[in-house]
Amino acid sequence: MLAHLPILQVIVPMMAAPLCLFLTRPRLVWLFALIVSGLAFLISCILLQQVMTSGAIIYELGGWDAPWGIEYRIDQLSAFLLLIISAVSTVVLFAAHTSIQKEIPVDRHTLFYILYLLSLAGMLGIVATGDAFNVFVFLEISSLSAYALIALGKDRRALWAAYQYLIMGTIGATFILIGIGLIYQMTGTLNMNDLSMRLPEVAHTRTVFTAFAFIIVGVCLKLALFPLHLWLPNAYAYAPSIITAFLAATATKVAIYLLIRFTFSVFGLSFSFTTLPLQILFVVLGLSGIFAASTAAIYQKNVKHLFAYSSIAQIGYMIVGFSVSTTTGLMATLLHLFNHALMKSALFLALAAVMYRIGGVQLSQFQGLGRQMPLTMAAIVIGGLSLIGVPLTVGFVSKWYLILAVIENGWWPVAVLILLGSLLAVVYVWRIVETAYFKPPLAGSEAIKEAPLSFLVPIWVLVIANIYFGIDTRLSIQVTQVAAQSLFGVGPP
Amino acid sequence: MWMIEIPPFALFFIGALIAAVTRGTLRSAIMVLIPIASALHLWTVPEGVHLQFAFLDYQLMPYRADKLSLMFGYVFHIAAFIAIIYSLHVRDTMQQVAAMLYAGSGLGAVFAGDLLTLFVFWELLAFTSVFLIWARRTRRSYVAGMRYLIIQVLSGVILLAGALFYAAENGTLAFGFIGLDGIAGWLIFIAFGIKCAFPMAHNWLTDAYPEATVTGTVFLSAFTTKVAVYALARGYPGTELLIYIGAAMTCFPIFFAVIENDLRRVLAYSLINQVGFMVVGIGIGTALAINGAVSHAFNDVIFKGLLFMSMGAVLHMTGRINGSDLGGLYKTMPKTTVLCIVGAASISAFPLFSGFVSKSMVMSAALEEGFDWIWLMLLFASAGVFHHAGIKIPYFAFFAHDSGVRASDPPNNMLLAMLIAAGLCIAIGIYPAALYSLLPYDTGYNPYDATHVLAQTQLLFFSALAFVWLNLRGMYPPELRSTNLDFDWIYRRAFPTALQNMFSVIWKADLALRQAFLIRLDLCLAFLSRRNEGVSGLISRIYPAGSMVMWVAVILATYLFLSFIH
Repeated sequence: MLAHLPILQVIVPMMAAPLCLFLTRPRLVWLFALIVSGLAFLISCILLQQVMTSGAIIYELGGWDAPWGIEYRIDQLSAFLLLIISAVSTVVLFAAHTSIQKEIPVDRHTLFYILYLLSLAGMLGIVATGDAFNVFVFLEISSLSAYALIALGKDRRALWAAYQYLIMGTIGATFILIGIGLIYQMTGTLNMNDLSMRLPEVAHTRTVFTAFAFIIVGVCLKLALFPLHLWLPNAYAYAPSIITAFLAATATKVAIYLLIRFTFSVFGLSFSFTTLPLQILFVVLGLSGIFAASTAAIYQKNVKHLFAYSSIAQIGYMIVGFSVSTTTGLMATLLHLFNHALMKSALFLALAAVMYRIGGVQLSQFQGLGRQMPLTMAAIVIGGLSLIGVPLTVGFVSKWYLILAVIENGWWPVAVLILLGSLLAVVYVWRIVETAYFKPPLAGSEAIKEAPLSFLVPIWVLVIANIYFGIDTRLSIQVTQVAAQSLFGVGPP
Repeated sequence: MWMIEIPPFALFFIGALIAAVTRGTLRSAIMVLIPIASALHLWTVPEGVHLQFAFLDYQLMPYRADKLSLMFGYVFHIAAFIAIIYSLHVRDTMQQVAAMLYAGSGLGAVFAGDLLTLFVFWELLAFTSVFLIWARRTRRSYVAGMRYLIIQVLSGVILLAGALFYAAENGTLAFGFIGLDGIAGWLIFIAFGIKCAFPMAHNWLTDAYPEATVTGTVFLSAFTTKVAVYALARGYPGTELLIYIGAAMTCFPIFFAVIENDLRRVLAYSLINQVGFMVVGIGIGTALAINGAVSHAFNDVIFKGLLFMSMGAVLHMTGRINGSDLGGLYKTMPKTTVLCIVGAASISAFPLFSGFVSKSMVMSAALEEGFDWIWLMLLFASAGVFHHAGIKIPYFAFFAHDSGVRASDPPNNMLLAMLIAAGLCIAIGIYPAALYSLLPYDTGYNPYDATHVLAQTQLLFFSALAFVWLNLRGMYPPELRSTNLDFDWIYRRAFPTALQNMFSVIWKADLALRQAFLIRLDLCLAFLSRRNEGVSGLISRIYPAGSMVMWVAVILATYLFLSFIH
C-alpha cells in the first residue's frame, strides 16, 4: 500500500470524480469530495515525510522500466508542491458547500465537485509525474476542468473570461507540447530523468533552442508572467469565489513548479541560463510585473480584481527569486510559493464569505464591514499584512529570503525596488482597510451579519497558518532548503 | 525565575487589552497600576539577555537589559505613569488603548536586542502613536497624522532595508555598535535620523505634535524621539558626523521657535533643540558625553512632558494655544503657572533644577574634546532655550497682556501629574547622585562646582535681568529694538521685521514648491489611473484575446531571437 502512494495521490481524486455522479444529493457529493481531498492531503503528508527521510521516490507505472514506461518521481520539490495543493484544496473545499449555494444553481452542484476533483487530480498529476508528455496530459485535464469551473460563475462575464482563459491556456499548453515534441524528436525519450541525460549531447542544436523557448513561453503564459498575465484578472474575478481561492493558491504555483522542473531538472542549469539571458529577462519582467500589477491593483474597484492583480505581482517576486539562480534565491521562490498559497487562499476565502453575505465584492460595498463582519475583515487585514510582508506573518519570511538572495548576488538596486514594491502593497491593502473600518456603513446594510462558521473555520485555519508559519519557520525552511539544494545538485539527492 | 522573562512591553499590551474592554474607574485604576507594577518588576530585573529564540538563521533577543536600556526603561515608565495620570479624565477608548500600546512599543524598542525586534517596535511606535493624533478628530489632525505616519513608516522600511544589508554583511542581527561603514550602516543611520528629527527630516515632529490631542502630545513627546536617541547611542556612539548634526539641531529650531505663535509648536521646536544636545553627546562619544546625552534624555522626558502638560492644561481649559490669544492666566490658574515655571526653569538649566545637572555634561565633554566651536553653538543654544522655552512660554501664556480669559486650574488628575513631574525635576536637581548612579558610566562628575554654578547663574541672571528690564520697559515698544536680546514679542509689536519677512518668503517659496510638487504628483497619478483604466478598457472591450496572443508572439519571438543570436 505505502509503495503505491505516488500513484494513489493522483488516482484517488481522479477516480473519485466520476463516482460523484452516483451520489444524488449535493450535500453528499460535497462530503465525498471533501473526504477524497482530505485523503489526498494525508497521502501528500506521508509522501513528504518519506521523501524527507529517505530521498526521492520512484514509482514505475504498471511495472514497466523507466525510459519505456511512465515513471512517477516524487522528490522534495514535488512532495512540497503536492502538500501545498492538497492542503489548500481541502481547506477551501470545506467552505465550498455554503459558498456555492448562492453562486451556482443547485442542479450544477454535482458537476462542480466533479470538475473540482478533476482539476485537483490534474494538478497533482503534473507535479507527481516524471514523464514530459504526461505533464501535458495532466495540464490539459486540470486546465479544461478549470475553464469549465470558471464558466460556472454567476456573473455573465464569467463565460467570456473562461473563454479567454481557454484560448490563452490552450496556446500555452500547445507551446509546451510543441516544445516537448521537439525534444522528443531530438532525443527519442519523454522521461524527464532520461531527457536530462540525453539533452546535453544535442544541446547546441537549434531545435533544442527552439524547444526551450516554446516551453518557457508556454509555461510563462500559464503562470501569468507579466506581460502574459492579461487573462488572469478576469478569470479570477468572475469565477465562483471558491474556485478563485482554489486556483489562485494552486494553479500558478503548479506553473512555477513546471518552470523550475524544466529549467533545473530537464534542460539543466547551465543550459537554461546560458541559452537565453534568462536571468536579466526574468529580473526585468518580474520587477515590471511587481510594479505594473501592484499599481494596477491600487486602482481596482472590484476587490477580487485587486487581489488578482496582487497575485500577478506576487508571481513577479517568485520570478525574481528564480532569476537569482542561487540556492537562497530558489529557496525564496519556493517559500513564497508556500506562503503566497496560504495568504491568497485566506484572502479569497474571506472574499467568498463577503460575497456570500452581500452578494458582491465591489470596494464600495465594503463600507462599514469592519463592524458588521469583524472576523472576516480581521482575516483580510491579517492576510493583507502578510501580503505586505509584515514581521510575524509568512509574507515577511519569504520577502526576507528574497532580499537576502538578491543582496548576496550584489543586486542591491533590485532589493530596493522589491522593498518599494511592498510599499505599493501597503497602499492597496490600506484602501480596503480604510473603506471597511473608517467609512460609515451603507444605508440599508444593517442586516448584514458575520459569515457562517463554515466560512470562518477554514478562513481562520489559514490565517492562523499565516501567522504560525511566520513564526515557526522550521518546516517551510527545512523543506525548501533541501529541495533547493537537491535541485542544485548539492546536499542529499 | 520566570517573572524575569516577562518583557516590560507585555504588561503594557495586556493593559491596553484590558483598557479596551473596561470603562470608568476600573479602567483608570488598571491603567495607573500597570506602569507601577511594571516599574517594580523592572527594578528587580538584572542585566542580561532574558528572552531569546531562533528565527530563520538568526538568534533573536526580544528582551535584553543593560545599563543603557534600563535607564531608558525607567524613564519611560515614569513618563507613562505621569502621562496616564494626566489623561485619566479622557473617556475616549481609542486614545487610552493607543496610549498604552504606544508606551509598550517604546519599551519594546529600547529592550530589543536585535534589529528585527527593533524594526517591529519601530513600526508599532508609528502605528500606535498616529491614533493619538487622529483622536482629535479634525480634518487638520487627520491630514497631519497621515503625513506623520507616512514618514514614520518610511523610516521603518529604511531600517528594515538596513537590517537586511546588515544581516547579509555580518551574518547576525544583534543590535550593537553599527558605525557608518557600509551601506547597512548608512541606511540604519538614516532610519534613526528620521525618527530623531535630524535637520531637514524634522518636519514630521513640528507638523504633527501640535495637532495631537491635549494628552496625546504628552505621550508623543516622551517616546518617539527618545527611542531614536537610544538607538543612536547604542549604534553610533562616537560618530563625529553626529556632533555637527546635533549642533545644527540645537541651533536652527531657536529661530523658528522665536517666531512661532502656537505655544505647543514652540515646545515641539524646543524638543528638537534638546534632542540636539543629546545627539551631540552621542557624537562625542566619551564616557562623560554619553552620560550627558543619556541623563539629558532622562530629564528631558520629564521636564518637556511637564511643559507640554502645562500648555495642554491651558489648551484644555481655554481652548486656545496661540501666544497672541493668551495672557494674564496667572490670576486664575496659579497652580498651573507655578508648575509651568518649574518646567521652564528645568529646561533652562537653573541650578537646583534637573536640566542643570545633565545639560552641562555634554558641554563640558565638548570642551574636553576640543570642539570649541561646537561648545559656542551649544552655549548659544542654551541661551536660546532659556529665551523661548524658559521665558516665552510662561510669559505669553500666564503673564503678558491680560487676554481677558478667566479659566480655572485644570482637573485634579492633570495637576497631580504635573506636580509629580515638577517634583522629579526639583528632586533630581537637588540630589543628582540618584540619577548618576543609573548612568552607563561612572565618571564622578559633579555639577555643583563653583565655576559651573557661577557661569550658569551669571548667564541666567543677566538674561533674567534683561527680561525684567524689558518687561518694565515693555510699554515703550519702539525703544526695545536696541536691545541685544531678541525677545519674540518685539517681533510681534514691531511687526513685520526683517527676519520674519525672510522666513515668510522662505515659507512661501517652500509652500509653492510643495504645492507645485503635489500638483505634479496628482497629475502623474491621474495620468497613471487614466492609463490604467484605458488599458483595462482595452482589455475588456476591444479584441482582447488578440492582444494577448500578440504578446505571446512578441515574447516567443524575443526568446527565439535571443537564443539564436547567442
